[in-house]
Amino acid sequence: MFGLTKKDTLLLIVVAILTMAAPFLLNPFPSGSAMAQFNAGYPDLMQRFVIYGLFAIGFNLLFGLTGYLSFGHAAFLGVGSYSAVWMFKLLSMNVIPAIILSVIVAALFSLLIGFISLRRSGIYFSILTLAFAQMSFNLAYSVLTPITNGETGLQITLDDPRILGVSRTESGGIPVTNLFGAEMRSTYEMHVGSWLFQFNTGYYLCAVLMLLGFYLSIRIFRSPFGMMLRAVKSNQNRLRYTGLNTKPYTLAAFVISGMYAGLAGGLLACMDPLAGAERMQWTASGEVVLMTILGGAGTLLGPVLGAGFIKYFENIFSKINDTILHQWFSALPDGLEDAMVFLVHPFIGKGWSLTLGITFMLVVIFLPGGLIEGGQRIGRLFRRRTAKPAPDSAPSSTPAE
Amino acid sequence: MGLLDIKNVSKRFGGLKALSDVNLSIAEGTVHAIIGPNGAGKSTLLNVLVGKLIPDTGSVMFDGQSVLGRAPHEINQMGISRVFQTPEIFGDLSVLENVLIPCFARRDGPFRMHAFETVTNETEMVEMAEQMLGDVHMLEKRKMQASALSRGDKRRLEMAMCLVQQPKLLLLDEPTAGMARADTNNTIDLLKEIKATRPITMAIIEHDMHVVFSLAERITVLAQGTPLVEDIPAKIKGHPKVMEAYLGTAEV
Repeated sequence: MFGLTKKDTLLLIVVAILTMAAPFLLNPFPSGSAMAQFNAGYPDLMQRFVIYGLFAIGFNLLFGLTGYLSFGHAAFLGVGSYSAVWMFKLLSMNVIPAIILSVIVAALFSLLIGFISLRRSGIYFSILTLAFAQMSFNLAYSVLTPITNGETGLQITLDDPRILGVSRTESGGIPVTNLFGAEMRSTYEMHVGSWLFQFNTGYYLCAVLMLLGFYLSIRIFRSPFGMMLRAVKSNQNRLRYTGLNTKPYTLAAFVISGMYAGLAGGLLACMDPLAGAERMQWTASGEVVLMTILGGAGTLLGPVLGAGFIKYFENIFSKINDTILHQWFSALPDGLEDAMVFLVHPFIGKGWSLTLGITFMLVVIFLPGGLIEGGQRIGRLFRRRTAKPAPDSAPSSTPAE
Repeated sequence: MGLLDIKNVSKRFGGLKALSDVNLSIAEGTVHAIIGPNGAGKSTLLNVLVGKLIPDTGSVMFDGQSVLGRAPHEINQMGISRVFQTPEIFGDLSVLENVLIPCFARRDGPFRMHAFETVTNETEMVEMAEQMLGDVHMLEKRKMQASALSRGDKRRLEMAMCLVQQPKLLLLDEPTAGMARADTNNTIDLLKEIKATRPITMAIIEHDMHVVFSLAERITVLAQGTPLVEDIPAKIKGHPKVMEAYLGTAEV
């Protein structure tokens, strides 16, 4: 189906079902219960899952396939956000033109940066992209203030000259982003017993675009173009002596992944029409590298998993504070309770990045293929157990999907 | 005029004359070996042929076109394929994909944005690659990862990758360097088989006299940057000038 093999179609359908049912799946605990704080099924976080998933899918097309490690992809994310907000300010609050412009601007910007950075490979390429992204960040903060609104960040105001649409609503408020009238922020709440499920328009828009991006990435992985990109990673010298010009291949991959980043940035702005320079900072570029490696670079599903994992940590673990810890350990004797809280304290709240860092180190050391490799190992363990009666029917090992 | 014509090529590195006034012509359909003691300029000559080095003087014409200063992919697209001293293959890819890439390179040129086709649907390309793998007796290994192959099989695969492009000229840079005797003989047999089944011109740069004398139809002996003699193998053996170049003095 859709030009995919049976296995890939199955993968796409499973991912589609999971994203569509996310408001249920991410809210397993009834609201009001002690475990409710681990629920991730609220619109803001779900939007982040799919938007950063999209960002990581795009990054993986460059890093996972060609092996070129860009440390400046946040620049494209930021450029996408700024373009989208400008579209809201000048044209219309409809998200379609904003999304289109953010992808186009990110494509042009990545073409320029890619053209220069791809003159070098390896660590020099990484440093060049990092330098460009930091330049963009600093420019957005200072010289380009008329365009980016500097430290405050670019936002929608009451007197924007919106060509198609009104500057302010009848009640005098700022109009909201919408898709032909369907407001991004509108959420349908469903109460089932003590559970609360939230279905957000913005989330579903992002989810559909993420699925589209995922589908395109499968097509690229299976195409001759994708095969050439993997060959770039494997042996550039041989590729050149096989009559292929590696430059346009790497540049195309760079621009495609830049467009994914621009789309993600545009979507961030669609969900919340605000763009700040910190979105372009090197920590944001580093985050997408972490996501891709944590999930499994060069695999189809890995980046999405990694993005979900990191965003979950960032939003859930950071919310746990000492009061909650005291509740957890309240069953223990007093002295022991305090000791446990003292021990766990550095790993939660503001210390969530410590937990993430340790997880990341463990994954890189013990599962170099990322979370996907972990899943494959578990899968193989089960398969071996079931295949024991007939050992020769064991499936031949396939390269990491 | 041959398929490859090297005319008056000289190259200096500082005070060292690596090549001086080299004239060499490789005729279409022959297996031409270039031999010589260490430092004779074999590698420099090879680097000139693949566009890596630009000579100070002279010209290198392939099939009526100059090769000087061209990028490796352009030289390949002109019809020159190269086998390296240590096999250069795509280690992370499957054996079949290794052969598919040159098939696509031959059909689509140096770059094509074929992101919406699917490799497995390109039956024509897959058949071509499988046929080639059959010819070098590696069809049953097509799903293996290339880096897991034995050294001999890697060499075989590299040959298949070059041959599937049906090059006009196959350049072989010490194809048996560092190989065990059995592997060397396998390579010789493979090259003989290739030569017998298809019209191909080969230029072999080689150290190993056993390889040279079992394959070459013409031999050029290079010494101190100049071609000493060029002749058929029978006449090279025991030629006084060759003895002198390899052993020092003719009086020995």
